[in-house]
Amino acid sequence: MAYPNLKDIAPIDEVGVKERAARYQKRSLKGETKLSALKLAVTMLDITTLEGKDSPGKVKQMCRKAMCPITSDPSIGPAAAVCVYPSLVKVAKTAVGDSGVQVASVATAFPSGQSRMRERLTEIKYAVAEGADEIDMVISRGKFLTGNYRGIYDEVAKCKEACGDAHLKVIIETGELETLDNIRIASELSMAAGADFIKTSTGKISPASTLPFTLVMLQSILDYYERTGIMVGMKPAGGIADAKLALQYLVMVKEMLGKKWLTNKWFRFGASSLTNDLLMQLEKQRTGLYQGGDYFSKD
Amino acid sequence: MSRLKVKKTYKLYIGGKFPRSESGRTHALLDKKGDVIANIAKASKKDLRNTVVATRKAQAGWQGASPHLKGQILYRLAEMLEGRKAQFISVLKESGMSEKSAIKEVEKSVDALVYYAGWSDKFQAIYSSVNPVSSPHYNFSAPVPTGIVGVVLDDKAGLYGIVSQMAPVIVGGNSTLLVVPSKWATVAMELAEVIHTSDVPGGVVNVLTGELPDMVPTLSGHMDVNAVAVCSSDNELRKSVRELGAENVKRVVFRDNSKGNLSPYPIMDFQEIKTTWHPVG
Repeated sequence: MAYPNLKDIAPIDEVGVKERAARYQKRSLKGETKLSALKLAVTMLDITTLEGKDSPGKVKQMCRKAMCPITSDPSIGPAAAVCVYPSLVKVAKTAVGDSGVQVASVATAFPSGQSRMRERLTEIKYAVAEGADEIDMVISRGKFLTGNYRGIYDEVAKCKEACGDAHLKVIIETGELETLDNIRIASELSMAAGADFIKTSTGKISPASTLPFTLVMLQSILDYYERTGIMVGMKPAGGIADAKLALQYLVMVKEMLGKKWLTNKWFRFGASSLTNDLLMQLEKQRTGLYQGGDYFSKD
Repeated sequence: MSRLKVKKTYKLYIGGKFPRSESGRTHALLDKKGDVIANIAKASKKDLRNTVVATRKAQAGWQGASPHLKGQILYRLAEMLEGRKAQFISVLKESGMSEKSAIKEVEKSVDALVYYAGWSDKFQAIYSSVNPVSSPHYNFSAPVPTGIVGVVLDDKAGLYGIVSQMAPVIVGGNSTLLVVPSKWATVAMELAEVIHTSDVPGGVVNVLTGELPDMVPTLSGHMDVNAVAVCSSDNELRKSVRELGAENVKRVVFRDNSKGNLSPYPIMDFQEIKTTWHPVG
C-alpha cells in the first residue's frame, strides 16, 4: 500500500454533491422492489449498542435479534453483525455462535481517539483476542485537521496490522472534518492504508451520516477501485433512523458502485433504531397494517 | 376599484404544523346554493400514517404534564375560542347554520372546554380506589391515559361536536387525531388555529379533513393507535372498525353522534386502570 498522491484529488463541488444526493431522495420504491430492498437492508445491519450502560443481558438480547430479527418470518435476516464495546465482545461472540452473524467491536479509544497509540493498538488486540471479527477504529481527527495526513495514514496502517485477520473499518467522523474535501482526503488515506471498510461516523457527533457525506465517500471508493482494482466497503452510521432513508442509501450505492456492492460484504448500515423501522415496514408489507413500536423488542 | 378578497387556504393540522395533504388532493366545499366556500384539503392514508407518528412523539410529554397544566391549557383554549367568537359564527353560518344556532354553538363549545378544564385534576380522585387486600400491601388503583386516540366525527358534528369529543380525550392525558368529514373542514381548521395558539403542545391534537373512507380503515387498523371513538350509527362502519381494531385489541368506543354530553364518563372511556401493590409493615 503506497501513500496516496493527495495532489491528484480534485476539489469537490459542494453544491453539486448536495444536488446529486437530493436526487436520490426523490425515488420511490414500491411493491416487490420495496419488499426486497427492505429485506436486503436488514441483512446489511450492524446492530449497534455503544452506551455506558450496556450490559451482557442487553448484548445477548441484541444478538438474538440480529440472528432472527422477526419471529413471524424467519426468512428475514439475519443481520450482518452486532457492534459492541471490546469488553462485551466475548458475550456477543458466545451469543451469536456459528450463526454467521459477525461480531464487530469499536476500538482505538472510541469515540474520540484521544489516547496514546500504544493503548489504542492494545485495545484492538484485546478485542480481536476476545473474538471480534471486525474492528471499527476511529482516526485522530485533531491530527487530521492540523494537516498531519501522514500521521493518519500511519495510524490506520498500524491498526490494520494489529487487526490480523479481523476486518478493519475506519471511522473518519465526517461531522468533525468540516469540509467535503477533508472527507475525501480522509477516505483516500484510509483506503490506501488498508481499510476494508470506510465508515462515516461514530454516532456520537452530529451531523452523523448524511447522503452527501456518503456520496463523497462512495465516489472515493469508486475511484480507488478503478485505480487499483481493490474493492472497499462502505458503512454509513448514525442518523439513519428510518427505512425510507435506508432505501435511499441503497439506491445511491446501486447507482454509483453497481450491484456488486449491494451485499453485506461491501455495504453496512451502522444503526440501532433503524432495525425496528425496517421490521415495522416489513410487517406492514406482510399484514397491510401500519405498525406500532409496542410490538417490537426495544433491544 | 373593488378589492379582491383574500381567502384562506384550509390545510391540515399535523404535529403542530399546517401542511397540505401529501397527496396534493383538495376538494371544493359548497354552500347550500352550490357556491364554493373554500377548497379544503383531502387527507390521504399516508397523511394519517404521518399523523400517527407525530402523535406518538407528542404522547409521552403530554401524558407526563401535570393535571394542573392540562387544565390551564384547556382553559386557555376556551379563552382563545371566546376571543374568536365572531369568526366562528361566520364560518358556522357559511356551513349552513342560522345565526342564532351558530352563536349558541360557539358558546356551548367554550363552556364545554371550561367544563373539562375543571375536571383535569379531579377525575383521578373520583375514579381511584384503595383496595382492601389480605396481605401486607397498600393496594390502590388509579386511571392512566390509554395513549393515542383517533376520533371519527360525523356529518352533524359542528363546532360543539368536535370540541365535546376532543376535550375529554385530551384532558385525560391522551393525544388525539380528529378525523373530520369535509362538511366541517373549515370549522375544524379554524379550531386548529385556536389549538395552535393555546399552548397545546404540537402533535397532541391533530386535525385531518376529507373523506372518511380514505382514513377510517387505516386508522382502525393502525397498530400504533390505542383507541378509536367513532361517532356514527352506521352499522357497516362500526363493524369494519371493530374488525380492524381487533388486530391490536384497540379500545373501540361508539357514539350515536358527535354531540357529547358534559360528563366525566367520556374522560373515563379513554383511561385504563393501573393497580399498584405497595408493601407495608
